[in-house]
Amino acid sequence: MKKLHFLLFSVSLAMGSAANAQLQIEIAGVGSNQIPVAIAAFADESVAPDKVSAVIRADLERSGVFKVIDAGQVISDRDAGSINLAAFKASGADALVVGSVAKQPDGRFAIRYKLMDTVKGGEISQMGGEVQPRYTRLQAHRIADDVYEKLTGVRGIFSTRIAYVKADAGAKRYVLAVSDADGENEVIATQGKEPIISPSWSPDGSKVAYVSMEDRKPVVYLQDLMTGRRNVISNQKGNNSAPSWSPDGSTLAVALSKDGNTEIYSVNSGGTGHRRLTNNAAIDTEPQFSADGKTIYFTSDRSGGPQIYKMSAAGGNATRVTFNGSYNISPRVSSDGKTLAWISQRGGAFSLYAMDLASGQELRLADGATEPSFSPNGKYIMYATKGGGRTSLAVVSVDGRVKQRLTTKAGNIREPSWGPFMK
Amino acid sequence: MRNFKSVAFIVSTAALLAACSSPTKLNETPVVEKSPEPAAPVADTRDIRPVETGSVDPLNDPQGVLANRSVYFDYDSFVVRADGQPVVQNHSGFLTKNTSRKVLIQGNTDERGGTEYNLALGQKRAEAVRRSMASLGVSEGQIEAVSLGEEKPKATGSNEESWAENRRADIVYQ
Repeated sequence: MKKLHFLLFSVSLAMGSAANAQLQIEIAGVGSNQIPVAIAAFADESVAPDKVSAVIRADLERSGVFKVIDAGQVISDRDAGSINLAAFKASGADALVVGSVAKQPDGRFAIRYKLMDTVKGGEISQMGGEVQPRYTRLQAHRIADDVYEKLTGVRGIFSTRIAYVKADAGAKRYVLAVSDADGENEVIATQGKEPIISPSWSPDGSKVAYVSMEDRKPVVYLQDLMTGRRNVISNQKGNNSAPSWSPDGSTLAVALSKDGNTEIYSVNSGGTGHRRLTNNAAIDTEPQFSADGKTIYFTSDRSGGPQIYKMSAAGGNATRVTFNGSYNISPRVSSDGKTLAWISQRGGAFSLYAMDLASGQELRLADGATEPSFSPNGKYIMYATKGGGRTSLAVVSVDGRVKQRLTTKAGNIREPSWGPFMK
Repeated sequence: MRNFKSVAFIVSTAALLAACSSPTKLNETPVVEKSPEPAAPVADTRDIRPVETGSVDPLNDPQGVLANRSVYFDYDSFVVRADGQPVVQNHSGFLTKNTSRKVLIQGNTDERGGTEYNLALGQKRAEAVRRSMASLGVSEGQIEAVSLGEEKPKATGSNEESWAENRRADIVYQ
């Protein structure tokens, strides 16, 4: 038994490092808008599998929102009272992150941190937690989330996860994988010989709906991530695809071709109660619930070419939303209701656009982009992009200023779905 | 046969091992594809299976008209071209005479465009073939029109030749 565990663990380690995403970050034009934060090494942090201060630093730098300054020393949260905060202020930092790691008798690690105010003096925030060794990175991400939230007022996304599809058509191998938002800790949730597309996280982060072609046609499955059990949510005659969750997790909207052309239906998360929401001869697909659950945005070519429309979540009359360009698809709405993101084909190329829903103003965010997915705080969009003959994932901030690229050594990664906030 | 069983065992074990990635709280039971079907029983070399002449399944004849099962489409088009009519007619003829046979019509698109929208466009191609076959008398219960979108291209180039090959509906017998 012990030997088998060791073999599995080292196999998974090897797989982990082979599969590790590598992050390249380009931050353009932020400069003086960044918040300067100094980060100290945490006391005794080398006892844990990951260096907590290094994970925090990478998260805060990746956000593009902070200018991270290395404190150049170890500072424990226990010594917070005796720190010369004025000296850090003089070095340019507005805030200072300090902390400690301690191994408990039960094998868990107590990870504590404090966020100090160098300008006013005193403590902005603190957090302590005891975690199993394998959750060291997660706890570091939670600390980074706390720093982000306390200094920007917006909830952080460093401890969220993403799902995506790794496709190797030549080898007939398709994988639905889940990893941390920074690409680490990749785990295979589903694998098979036929394509998997359109993964969609449940609002509570415990399940993923997706489309699988293992039955030689597209069928919508719902998989419980912890148990690995999956149910068919929709296998009506024809196509079943494009699952999208209502914010309360009770319903999914799907695209079905059972009536002879592709229409939008809603269905209970148990797979029953199909209810038709669109009714015209055109293609209606890619439904997406708004954050308050009252509106569904979708793609329709009822005006000749594909455009973004919206309608009540109960179906009925639809209002057109996009008017520029002749090919607009893949609508996504941010959870704060402020932004619509979609893919627009202009001049032959596919680009990611964002629209401020209050003003209608459009902003082109990224070129060579498809399959967008909002972070749960509405501030970033992940998408698939082609380069060097392969497809990989990239992230852009909603204001267009921060760009990140997630690359792996081989294969095609696509169809990202950014997971929700979780405890 | 024994070799096949050993290989199957190794392959499914390898698949299981590969499925078990980093030990996180996710997924204690990774989903693995269905295991391969059991091997057929070994035939006695002295068995003789009688055959009646004239009873060859026309579906299995590589020289027969039914061997051609693909209908091709122009760019941005969902109309069965003239060169697809013989395929439609031949299979419609077979299905109206063999009413217990069923087909899946799988529509495809070339790689250009969005995944879900292309799934719907591919379905329009399958539906065009289905309607043509229905108008020739094939019953609704024998045909299902579906789409694979751009996900299973036959030709992998990024040029007009490959794209034309992929704008295609295939008749797949169940």
